[in-house]
Amino acid sequence: MNSLNRVVIFGVTSAIAEQTARQLVQNGASIYCIGRNPDKLNRILADLKVRAGSDQTIAGVSADLTDTHQHLALIEQANEALGGLDAALIAHGTLPDQKACEADVTLTLQEIETNALSVVSLLSLLANQFEAQGKGVIAAISSVAGDRGRQSNYVYGAAKGMVSLFMQGLRNRLASKGVSVVTIKPGFVDSPMTASFDKSGPLWAKPEMVAKGIVNAMQKGKGEVYLPWFWYIVMQIIKHIPEAIFKRLSL
Amino acid sequence: MSQLLSWNRLPQCSPDKIYTLTEHAIPGLAHAPHPLLAYGNGRSYGDVCLNDRGTLLHTCALDRFISFDRTSGVLRCESGVTLQSILQLVVPHGWFLASTPGTQYATIGGALANDVHGKNHHAHGSFGNHVRAFELIRSTGEVLLCRPDQNAEMFRATIAGLGLTGLLSWVEIQLMPVNNPWMWVEAQRFSNLEHFWQLNKEAEQHWPYTVAWIDCLASGNSQGRGILFTGKHAANQTHLPSYKARSKRVPFDPPISLVNRLSLRSFNALYYRQPLKPQGSLCHYAPYFYPLDAIQDWNRIYGHKGFYQYQCVLPPEVASEATAQLLDAIAQSGQGSFLAVLKTFGTQESVGLLSFARPGTTLALDFPNLGNKTLQLFHRLDAIVSEAGGALYPAKDARMPASLFQSGFPNWERFSDFIDPAFSSHFWRRVTL
Repeated sequence: MNSLNRVVIFGVTSAIAEQTARQLVQNGASIYCIGRNPDKLNRILADLKVRAGSDQTIAGVSADLTDTHQHLALIEQANEALGGLDAALIAHGTLPDQKACEADVTLTLQEIETNALSVVSLLSLLANQFEAQGKGVIAAISSVAGDRGRQSNYVYGAAKGMVSLFMQGLRNRLASKGVSVVTIKPGFVDSPMTASFDKSGPLWAKPEMVAKGIVNAMQKGKGEVYLPWFWYIVMQIIKHIPEAIFKRLSL
Repeated sequence: MSQLLSWNRLPQCSPDKIYTLTEHAIPGLAHAPHPLLAYGNGRSYGDVCLNDRGTLLHTCALDRFISFDRTSGVLRCESGVTLQSILQLVVPHGWFLASTPGTQYATIGGALANDVHGKNHHAHGSFGNHVRAFELIRSTGEVLLCRPDQNAEMFRATIAGLGLTGLLSWVEIQLMPVNNPWMWVEAQRFSNLEHFWQLNKEAEQHWPYTVAWIDCLASGNSQGRGILFTGKHAANQTHLPSYKARSKRVPFDPPISLVNRLSLRSFNALYYRQPLKPQGSLCHYAPYFYPLDAIQDWNRIYGHKGFYQYQCVLPPEVASEATAQLLDAIAQSGQGSFLAVLKTFGTQESVGLLSFARPGTTLALDFPNLGNKTLQLFHRLDAIVSEAGGALYPAKDARMPASLFQSGFPNWERFSDFIDPAFSSHFWRRVTL
């Protein structure tokens, strides 16, 4: 079991990350939160402080995580505020408008920067610290969309695919060093990020359920987790459809 | 669009758009269909939370606490926080909601907008009596901080204002101190209505919580027989019992309502004869206040056609006579419910212009939706309530005629001056025709 007493969360303003933060706080953790929107970040910090006990530290700072030059400083601030780190959760991201990306390559690159490159930067820096301390959990929210490119959202899929693959290598590198690298692959999550979707189907999960799975996976140091679990089966099928057939499907 | 219905699944009408709120603001919805209406957790029984052809502003993501003073018991949180979350936070610190409805899945915004009441109304008034402040966002861009002494008129219009005065971003309430999560509960059987009035009068003087279950199908000498449950927050305990929440789920919609004449008669006859502990016992607050919450999706037992709740209040002078008339009409129709609840309200004045709770007696019943047959029964019940000078509870209503609403809530015209120009609901359009 990994200890999750001091956790830094990047992108805490995402619904999944916020719910994860609440559950960690409920388990007694101290949390350092980083989010882009200062107003929303402050509301989340106030909420977590109300939920936390008097011996827990709840702190944070607002930052734009696409600015990778800041990453090292942010990690240092988190270490300082919490007196070291047991775990990190990287959860920031956007859901690009695929059609808009197709029409605008700058937008495509920007989305890849946000959803992939900034994550790679954080992963690399955290990996070195955790490797040196010989323990810890690095988790990041990837997506089932990263398992196979589909016409409806391959910009997002490609970015998440990069995150998943990068983490796979990192896990391999750190496995012998006592560091868990946890790739979270949520399916459809009923959150403000997906506000414009029809959520009547049975595939939609609540952020708090996904958060529960994340905390569990971080504690147990799992490798790749699909949340909810049935996405593992769905994605096994999708991954195994031969490309000759897949390319004709409208997915 | 996913469906957002009310708890009784009636009426079935969908908004054109559902918008999940994430900020303390009414979003720029220039292209969204109007009117607007906030939707919390869909626990009311009717259309006060519905808005056909408009936009529902879902408050489920406005679920954050803002502050909690553990010494004074003042809690401030966003409007989409459920009563369950509040209790989970505050009970371990020795605080409790000063007024709570029969479900903890309602949001604090919904509790305020319907000025809900609980089994302790005779002692502590309704939910609105414990609201210290709230922030109201108007579609005009105004943000109003409302307290009893600040924007006082808007304060009184918004409490029980059915969400029509704008969007609540946060609410601040005063909690009530308790010793622990447990209740001390006693139960007594009564053999008819007359017996109930006697017992109830006595009980109200000694117990902060009283409520009676009645067998709405019993007639003749045993008309109105039932069980009076009285309770109070438990005293300090040196050995608290252990409590484990159990939750079951109704897994699917049965093809017909499981509540029917046959099941009802046997249930009521058995329930009336359940073994009681007249000497009293400890009961955890969750099964005491929220027995139905233990069965997730219990509304499904009524089948896909849904059900109606009929809750009225009758003025004290005529309460006993009118209650008997209502029970007569119900017993004759053979329709009725597991849940038939009788309770007297106290004299504490409600805050809201449209508050339902007022001195008198309230009777609440669930009826499976049998179409016309049920509506005809309601028609007869309406006549009795109207004759008695009573009112129906908007939070539990899916069908009352406009005339009954207007006679029951004489402030409705004054209230309408406070409605946000961009807000409306299916309920409001129905009762102000």
